[in-house]
Amino acid sequence: MSAPLIQMAVDATTENNPVLNISIFLAFVAVTMIVVIRAGRNNKSAADYYTGGRSFTGTQNGFAIAGDYLSAASFLGIVGAIAVNGYDGFLYSIGFLVAWLVALLLVAELMRNTGKFTMADVLSFRLKQGPVRVAAATTTLAVCFFYLLAQMAGAGGLVSLLLGINDKLGQSIVVSVVGILMIVYVLVGGMKGTTWVQIIKAFLLIIGAFGMTIWVLVLNGFNLSTVLASAVENSTHEPAAAILAPGLAYGANPLDFISLAIALVLGTAGLPHVLMRFYTVPTAKEARKSVVWAIWLIGGFYVFTLVLGFGAAALVGGETILAAPGGVNSAAPLLSLALGGPILLGFISAIAFATILAVVAGITITAATSFAHDIYASVIKKGKATPDAEVKVARRTVIVIGILAIAGGIGVQGQNIAFLVALAFAVAASANLPTILYSLFWKNFSTRGAVWSMYGGLASAVLLIIFSPVFSSEPTSMFGEGVDFAIFPLKNPGIISIPLGFFLGWLGTVTSSRREDPHLAAEMAVRSLTGHGAEKAVEH
Amino acid sequence: MNDATPVSSSKSKIDYLEIEESAQFLELQSRHRRFVFPLTAFFLVWYFGFVLMAAYAPSVMAIPVFGLINLGLVLGLAQVATTFIITMWYVSFANRRLDPLSLAMRTKLEAMERAGTTASEQSEIDRRAGLAKS
Repeated sequence: MSAPLIQMAVDATTENNPVLNISIFLAFVAVTMIVVIRAGRNNKSAADYYTGGRSFTGTQNGFAIAGDYLSAASFLGIVGAIAVNGYDGFLYSIGFLVAWLVALLLVAELMRNTGKFTMADVLSFRLKQGPVRVAAATTTLAVCFFYLLAQMAGAGGLVSLLLGINDKLGQSIVVSVVGILMIVYVLVGGMKGTTWVQIIKAFLLIIGAFGMTIWVLVLNGFNLSTVLASAVENSTHEPAAAILAPGLAYGANPLDFISLAIALVLGTAGLPHVLMRFYTVPTAKEARKSVVWAIWLIGGFYVFTLVLGFGAAALVGGETILAAPGGVNSAAPLLSLALGGPILLGFISAIAFATILAVVAGITITAATSFAHDIYASVIKKGKATPDAEVKVARRTVIVIGILAIAGGIGVQGQNIAFLVALAFAVAASANLPTILYSLFWKNFSTRGAVWSMYGGLASAVLLIIFSPVFSSEPTSMFGEGVDFAIFPLKNPGIISIPLGFFLGWLGTVTSSRREDPHLAAEMAVRSLTGHGAEKAVEH
Repeated sequence: MNDATPVSSSKSKIDYLEIEESAQFLELQSRHRRFVFPLTAFFLVWYFGFVLMAAYAPSVMAIPVFGLINLGLVLGLAQVATTFIITMWYVSFANRRLDPLSLAMRTKLEAMERAGTTASEQSEIDRRAGLAKS
């Protein structure tokens, strides 16, 4: 890559065309806002607000799942990781994809058949309502909080990259705008509006990634090997071909990578905002179809990111990417600039913003639903709250969460918070998945097992992170290398906390003296497989 | 709009313990588990095998297969391919082997709920109806 072109690329990102970028983004906001307002008109009951009236088809829901799941981290982050670290970035995306098989084979349909609005509905079905619901709502809110904070912080970082806004005030304003837009979407549109935003965004994101992939391949005669060859040529690693093999990112600590891989593959099926998407379809069969669509879309997308990542390494170069504002995250935008100039860059930037907006909206409605349905209606009001009052609480919770997200997003600016997404997956895999699987497949599972597993999984994942190099002992740690209380050597807690979550579920159950209601256990088993009670009556 | 809401209702007229032990339900449950458990074991072993190789045998992953495309890329894309294959296999299995059975059971459960009969009474009714016809 010639020096003038590099200079042009850097200039373009620092002073790229913010007016164009903002206009395209505003167009997205305008279109989605109209859709959200139209969708919000029909929100009458609690089921409308929380699940979009269960009226989405499997195909629509599959797009929405992809829209919920493919965050800015997976678009900008993975393309950047492949561009800079080569093969190891690709390893990351495979875990995200294979994880969907856990959801498809073990969780989606059975959850759809036994739950109403939240994960806690399923987990407390045959156990003691109070403690299990509170525990499930706690882990749900924890995962949502970590994920939301990561997304909001990402929004701040993206701004400097895409709009050329580098000062703290400007970034804070943009984080606030994202938060306020999110609140409006979720308040006005409920689950139906949120789902449509995700569908539109998934469509744009996948079309954008597909178009760029084809473009890169056209430039290289549809030969992946040619792309790899120019990526190697441009590589500054020693030896240059190292980017084609594993090791550049995780080679120094393979155990840490394995710990991450366990959390990625087991975490997805325990993410509350993913689980909630199974309730927006009318039947288990549509839930199955949603996951199948999601797998195709997400799998296709990750294959595109492989081409885009190496394409960015070939056409832009790892050094230029790292030097650009936004660092690793600038790989995809710089590639779009190199391919299609400012207009494509504007389009891709707008998609990246839309991505953040759609993902935070999905997480927020999940957290608000869990608080209103599990904590307010079931525990505080002991099931005596009217659906109207419940939805009112959910709406107020949305505003509170939105404000917290804005404050958090502004507060963590400049912090290295990349660990938050990995932590969200680790908590989902350690605290949620064991109880979900035990509830669905183990007849004798008990209240004590559920409560121990959920709190134990959550606490161990969080504590291990705090006592890891993420927080202290290394130059990149949150507290710098001057402070050292890192007694746990890995940055990913999954390898300990996930087995611990499963173990505590078993231990709590075998030591429990409380006998759970066998009728409810039988009812849950029958309903989970037949869909009785969860589906519209069979036509006669 | 379908707003059928599953709530845990021990008040239900249906004796689920009886249903759970019925031959039809046990067949549905074992078909489901005999399919998903081995497949889950397979994809987890295959995935973690791949991860272990990437972590501890990067030089093996670097072996070129064709052009610059090495074993690591081939195995990675094979992970994507097996994910797609398992997905399609499960869907075809569920459509053929699970859905008809679960639909039959659901129809029966709904009929029982309407009639307020227990499973054994229902099968007695079925039996008599069958006798009356013959």
